[in-house]
Parts: sequence; structure tokens; C-alpha cells
Amino acid sequence: MTFSPGDLFLILPELLVITAACLVLALDPVLSSSKKDGLAWLSLGTLAVSMGVIASQMGHAAPAFGGIVIIDAYACFWRLLLCFVAGLTVLLSHTYLREERLYFGEYYGFVLLALSGMMVMVSAADLLTIYLGTELMSLSLYVMAGLKRSEPRSLEASAKYFVLGAFSSGILLYGISLLYGATGSTRLPAIAAAIAGRSLDDPLLLAATILLAVGFGFKLAVVPFHMWTPDVYQGAPTSVTAFMAVASKAASFGAFLRVFVEGLGGLKANWSAIFLLLCVATLVLGNIVALVQTNIKRMLAYSSIAHAGYALIGVVAAGMAGGPAGGANGIAAVMLYFALYAFMTFGAFTIVAMLRKGGLDGDEIEDFTGLATRHPLAALLMLVFMVSLAGIPPTAGFIGKFYVFMSAVEAGLTWLAVLALVFAAISAYYYLRIVMVMYMREPVALTAASPRLVMSPALSIVLACAVAGVLFFGVYPNPLVNLAGQAVLTLK
Amino acid sequence: MTHSFPWLTLLIVLPLAGAVALCFVKENSIRLITLGITAADLLLSLPLWWLFDSSSGGMQFNETAVWIATPPIHYRVGLDGISLPLVLMTTILMPLCVLISWRSIDRRIRSFMAMLLVMEGAMIGVFAALDFVLFYVFWEAMLIPMYLLIGVWGGPNRIYAAVKFFLYTLAGSVLLLVAILVLYFQGGHTFDIVQLSQSTVPESLQFWLFLAFFAAFAVKVPMFPFHTWLPDAHVEAPTAGSVILASVLLKMGGYGFVRFSLPMLPDASIAFTPLMVTLSIVAIVYGAYMALAQADLKKLIAYSSVSHMGFVTLGLFMFNIQGIEGAVMQMVNHGITTGGLFLCVGLIYERTHSRQIADNAGLTKPMPRYATLLVIFALSSLGLPGTNSFVGEFMVLAGTFLWSKLATALASLGIILAAAYMLWMIQRVAFGVPSAHMLPKLRDLDRREMATLVPLVVLVFWIGIFPNPMLTRMHASVKQVIARMPAPATAMSPGARPSPASTDEASAAMETPRP
Repeated sequence: MTFSPGDLFLILPELLVITAACLVLALDPVLSSSKKDGLAWLSLGTLAVSMGVIASQMGHAAPAFGGIVIIDAYACFWRLLLCFVAGLTVLLSHTYLREERLYFGEYYGFVLLALSGMMVMVSAADLLTIYLGTELMSLSLYVMAGLKRSEPRSLEASAKYFVLGAFSSGILLYGISLLYGATGSTRLPAIAAAIAGRSLDDPLLLAATILLAVGFGFKLAVVPFHMWTPDVYQGAPTSVTAFMAVASKAASFGAFLRVFVEGLGGLKANWSAIFLLLCVATLVLGNIVALVQTNIKRMLAYSSIAHAGYALIGVVAAGMAGGPAGGANGIAAVMLYFALYAFMTFGAFTIVAMLRKGGLDGDEIEDFTGLATRHPLAALLMLVFMVSLAGIPPTAGFIGKFYVFMSAVEAGLTWLAVLALVFAAISAYYYLRIVMVMYMREPVALTAASPRLVMSPALSIVLACAVAGVLFFGVYPNPLVNLAGQAVLTLK
Repeated sequence: MTHSFPWLTLLIVLPLAGAVALCFVKENSIRLITLGITAADLLLSLPLWWLFDSSSGGMQFNETAVWIATPPIHYRVGLDGISLPLVLMTTILMPLCVLISWRSIDRRIRSFMAMLLVMEGAMIGVFAALDFVLFYVFWEAMLIPMYLLIGVWGGPNRIYAAVKFFLYTLAGSVLLLVAILVLYFQGGHTFDIVQLSQSTVPESLQFWLFLAFFAAFAVKVPMFPFHTWLPDAHVEAPTAGSVILASVLLKMGGYGFVRFSLPMLPDASIAFTPLMVTLSIVAIVYGAYMALAQADLKKLIAYSSVSHMGFVTLGLFMFNIQGIEGAVMQMVNHGITTGGLFLCVGLIYERTHSRQIADNAGLTKPMPRYATLLVIFALSSLGLPGTNSFVGEFMVLAGTFLWSKLATALASLGIILAAAYMLWMIQRVAFGVPSAHMLPKLRDLDRREMATLVPLVVLVFWIGIFPNPMLTRMHASVKQVIARMPAPATAMSPGARPSPASTDEASAAMETPRP
């Protein structure tokens, strides 16, 4: 393997994040508890610098470390998004951890470690490196999910997540090994070259494709590999749930697209059929089951499953599209979808995290009763996020769906667009139910036990970012559309 | 023709900006400021009436700006003779909606007024949009404020009504989005409504697109059998919400048919005519029969709306000048008359807290001004010559007569039944015997309340006696829609469609004022 010092600059953001993570872990025992806030600010500062570096790398594509990593616009797009979400997570956690009385300095260390894993995932061009990134991300998240040690639910979430995560990692690794056996490499370009002349019916390739699809299916939480999601999302501390729902899902999609487009592009006829099935199952089940949830974290978990289904439409469209640019529109639509999804989902989880009931999460839908009367502004923001998740203009959610459906219609999958839109209409019912509870039910008499809203400057920043993103990109999506268009992977 | 002054953008932005500004004003001045904003919007829209060039059938007051680069989506607005009256109707009604809510809305007045203003901006946007995606954005953006208007400020069963309204309309319009996308790829990679109205889509595809458009517009109109959300929504909505719903939102369905279905999918429109005519006539007769049986005033008017909107869809699918112009007239007239009726019901509800006909009997003695205005609106609703509705309904029937005498006869049943349910309602409400315990509550209209109703009464008679100004403004645009229709021989029985000359004669005859 060749190595040049220039390579280090390419992965400077990752290095910065890992260094900061180690610093946080090292400083935590030393600092007195009054100064532990500093760890949050250290993390934020690192993220800001990293984002600056990533933005400067945006223009050109460069492989590093002999091709196990490739820093192209695609990688930078996801890295930028991930760092941004991690920054929001730190801000949200700062208040949330205090409310939950979780004084763990390591927390920020784990956020940064998970982030570095995610960043590796989206910039790796080698299956084993992607696997390493996945494990780094997952191991950190297993711990974070169980941080509320006094709560059985949190521990259950952690254990469940760990068992299923380890299981899916095994499947992923099995797929990688089969692919290695079939093609003689773990590098994506080499795999693509080896596949080029092979028949689509090659059983070894088929098995590898299926195993990789299943492995990633767990990480993306698409039906039928979604079982862990509701329990983990509900049990984990809300700040961690927000981080998982947005960042870990985005990173998994980033790596997933890279593997299937750059590595297995030659097998697109095979995998687009597989993903079509998963996509339909995800849309149907995610939306239907979300209808009957009474806990808002569970509802948002099913909603995030459903949203992965909408994003999969873009993947299927990319795989089935003809023409030279056909695939690109689908991939760009997926990237755009996740960038927009980040704002609305994170915003929604932030409001959920803010609502406290006697020292606990106020995460039952009932707890939102009459919120509009007591906290008009928070209710209005939640309204915006719910409307956006339902995909109603003029919000970001509509723009995301618009481009995904457009790529589907372009690829001749009009029926899929119709199906997805019908389920989008169904989904409006459960999103609007939150609005109904907040605005149309009278609040019960206030007691000490009734839910109240926590506010802090850090939370205001998070909410301001989220709502600004939802509304600005809902009305003027050009910048993000262009960014995704430039960063898109080409499907050969 | 291009005007440099951005009339339409201002018309759309002013209420939206006003809604934002409302967040920062003092509680006790909210009503006055909202009235000011809607009045300013009205004043801003009035010059369009005179600046409009009646000789041109194209879009006027155009404004274009690139909105999204890929795919090419534009902020493109403009008006023609079909949308101009609808925009003006909207701007005229909105100040009245503010006035009627002056005292009747006592909770969360700030949010209520903000919702009204957002609705106004979005409604004008729907009528003015010339880019299909822009249209869809405005079309859908109306759902949330309307949902809240019904759900927060509505009657006892408001949540059910709000959710039903929302889901019905959303379910209808999601298919519209797919149709827009398909049309983009099949109609020359553009979302420009004017261009799409001139492109030719394969006939087999038109069939499916028509169904998708139909789903969106038929729910909104609402056509039988998609009307069931309407009585619920009307009954539960606050008065201003009912007025907006009946007067403006329902028109969007009709507007959708004439702006999109007819010119973009002419072959399918002709193929679907028998179905559309059947559903329209069923709506006319069934709506009228249902109205006859109602004991609740709002429900009565709601079902009468189903009946009256049946005339709109009937007229549109005649593809002749009388039919389409009559339909557009009927849309405006229904907006005025039904708006007036809902305002009347709101006023009496404020007093007696009942919408039951039985509770509100014999109002002529205690409330002579109110009773007079109510009778005028009721007579207009049943299509008395000299009032506005007569013009629209007569033209629609004249247009239908050219197509089928049987259909005309059946549709005329609706007018007869309208006379029955309206006069019966009048007989009970205006001339019955007031119940003793209601009597003290029945004070007559004050000045604010008169100001809410009188403008509409003026319009009732102005359009009824002198419909020419509106018809001349529509003429060129309607002709353009008709020009898109394929030759009659392929679609209808020979001789069913009149030659252009006779069409003009007939409509010229229509334009002479009647006593």
C-alpha cells in the first residue's frame, strides 16, 4: 500500500473528530463536574473546524491510502451532513443530559466516536473499511442507547440493539467474504471490474448481493429487518434516538449506496428487484403500524422506517432507470431526501426531548395535549415538523418526496409513486394526530405531574436550525438540490 | 401583455406577510389590523378589473422567475378571464370573513386571523399560479390552515370534521402530484401550465391522467359521491371557515377542471363527458333532495352547495361558450350567494346559539333588516331572475340544451327543488312564529353586521342585472379552452355542438340585461 502525507489531509476531519473524542474521554475524569460543560464546547468546536475542512475538500475527488478511502464530493456531502447532525446532537444533549441527570462526560466522546465511524463509512471504498466504520459507529451507539442505567427500557434497548446489530454485522461480513471469494477483492472498483463480465445468475454473486442487502437492511431499518427500531428508539435517551434516527441512518444509506452503485452497479437488475420488494414492504408496514402508536418515540420510529422506504424509491429508480443520467437522478434524490429529512426529524425529536413529565420523558402522545395553549411557539414548531414529515408543501418534506417521486416516474415506476403517495396520505393521519392533540384538545388542569417544557439557549439554537432548514429548503431548495446534483455517484 | 408592476405577487405576499406581522402586534388591535390587510388586498386587486384586456384570451399580469433550476420549476403567475373573477371574489370575501369573526371568535384570535390571512395568500396563489408545481404547492398549503380553522375554532364535532376534510382532500390531491410528474415527462419536460395546455398527450395516457385529476378536483368540488366531507366540514367550521370553504375552496375544483383537465386532456375530457354529466345531474338532484330534508341551516346550505356545484361541472363539460361561461359565472355566483347565506347563519347563531330552523323561526318582526337580507340571498340561491344565480344557471342550462334535452330537463329539476327548499326555509325562518324564549336574543343587525352583508347584496343584483362586464372579460379565455377541444364529429353525435357563430349569437343574447 502506498502512503503519502497528503492522504492525511484528506482524512483530517476524521482525525480531528477521533482526537477530540480521545481528549474528551481523557479529560472527563480530570475535570470537576462544574467544568464538564467544556467537553460539549470542545466537541462543538471540533465539529465546526471539521466542517470547514470538509467544505474545502468538496471540489475534487481523491483516493487515499491506496484506494481504501475516497474523498470525493459524494463523501463530503455525507460527511458534512453527519457533522452537522452531530453538532445538533451535542447541543440537544447538553440540556437533555442535565434534565435526565446523566452526568457522563464520555457521552460526547461516544458521539464523536460514532461520528468518526459514520464518516469512515461514507468515504470508504473498501468493504472491510466500510465494515470497520459500521462497527465503530454501532459499538458507540450500543453504549449510548443504554446510558440511562436506572431505566430497564434503556438497558433493554441497548441489549436488543447489540444483539441484533451484532447479528446483522455478521451477515454483512458473510456477504463481504462471499463477494471476496467471487471477485478476489474487497475494493469497490476492483469488484465492479470483476463483475463486469459475469452473468447476473451467478449464484455466488447472487448470494453475496442478498447477504449484503440483508446486512444493510438491518442498519437502514427497512422492513422486514426493522424489528429492533421501535424498542431501541423508545428506550434510548431521546437525544441518542435523534442521533440514531438521523445520523446513523444517513451514514448507513451513504455507505449502502456507495457499495451497491460503485461496487455492484453491474448487478443493478438484481438488486433493484430486491430493493423494490423491501421498499414496498417498508412503505406499507411502516406507515400502517405508525397509525396505532400511542408513544411518540415509537411513532417516530415507525415514521423513520417509512421514510427509509421513501428513500429506497430513489434507489430502486436509480437501478431501473434507463439512459445515461437516469440513475443519477434517483441517487441525487436519495441524498437530497436525507439532507432534508435530517432537519425535520431532528426537530421533531428535539421537541419530544424538551417535554418532561416529573423528571421523566413526556413521550406519550397524550402528553402533548393542549401544548398549543401552554407553549404556543413549541407547538407551532412541532406543527411545522409534522407537516414536513407528512410531506405537505411548503416544507422540506414535500421537496424531498417530490424529487424521489420524480425519479420514480422518470424510471417508469409510476405505480410505485402512486403507492407511495397513497401511503404518504395515510401517514398524514398520524402526523396530524399530533397536531390535533396539541391544538384541538383542551389542556387538562395543570398539576405538578403535568408535562412541562424545558427550554435553554442550546435548544433554541437546535430548533432554530431545524425549523429554518425545513422552511427555507421547503421554499427554496436550490442550494441543496445543486449540492446533491454535484455530489452524486454515477451508476455505470 | 406584460405589466411591469408585480400586482399578483403583491396580492399573494401581502396577506402572508400580514400573517407574520400579526405575531408582533398588540392583542386588542389584531382585528383591526387584519381587516386593514384584507381591505388593502381588496383595493390592490380592484385595479386588475379595469386593467384587464378583455380582447386577449392569454394570460395577463404575467410574472416569471426561476424558482428551482433542475427540473425547471418557475414562479410564474398570471390571470386570464377565468381566474380574474375568482381572484376578485376571494379578495372581496376576505374582509367580510374578518368582519363576521369580529366577536364570534373569542379564543386565540391572533392565530385565527393569521390562518385567515395565510388562506387568502394561498387561495389567490392557486388561482394565479401558472406553473403546475407552484399551483400544487399553493393547493396543498391551504390544507393545514383550513384543518386548523375547522379543528380549533369549530363546533362540538370539529375534530372528526377536520380530520375528514383533511384526509379526503389530501387523498384526492396526492394522485394529482403523480399526474403532474407524468405530464412533465410526457408533455415536453415543462411544468408551464400555458405550454402544457397546448401540448398533445397520447390518448391512452390522457385517460389515466384524467382520472388522477378527477380524484383531486372532484373531491374539492365536491362531486357526488365524493361530497360526504362537505356537510360535516361546513357544519362544524366557524362561520368564516364555512364561507371560505363554500365560496372559494369549492371553486378550486371547478377551476381545476377548466384550467387543467379540459385544455390539457381534451380527448379524455370528451370521453368522460357522459360520466361527468351523469355525476353532475345526480349531484344537482340528490343535493337538492338532501337539502329539502335538513333541519340544520348550515347543513341545508351545504347540500344546496352540492347541488349548485353540480351545475358548474355540468356546464364545464358541455364544451360550448354558454356552458363554460355559465359554469364560471355559477362559480362566482355561488361564492357570493352561498357566502352570504353562511354569513347569515353565522349571525343568527351568534344570537340564538342554534342553527336549527325550528329554533330560529319568525325573524321578520324582531329582525327586519336581517330577514330582508336573508330573503334576498335565498332568492338568489334559488335562481330568481334579476339575481346573480339566474344568469349562471340559465347559461349552463342553455349550454346543456345544445347537448342533450334530457340532461337539461333533469338538471332543471334542481332549480325547481331549490325553489322548494329555499322557500320552505324562508317560510319557517322569516315568517314563522318566534319562540318566546328566543325573542329577547333577537336584536337586529348592527352597522358592522350590515357592512358584512351589504357588499354581497350589491353584487347579487349587479351581476344579476348587468352580467355583461364579467362575461366580456371571460369571453376570449373561454374561447381558447373550447378551441382545444377536438372536432365534434369524433366525440359527440353530429350536430350536437353548435357552430362557433351560433354560439356567439346565443351568448350575445345572454348578455342583454333582463328586468
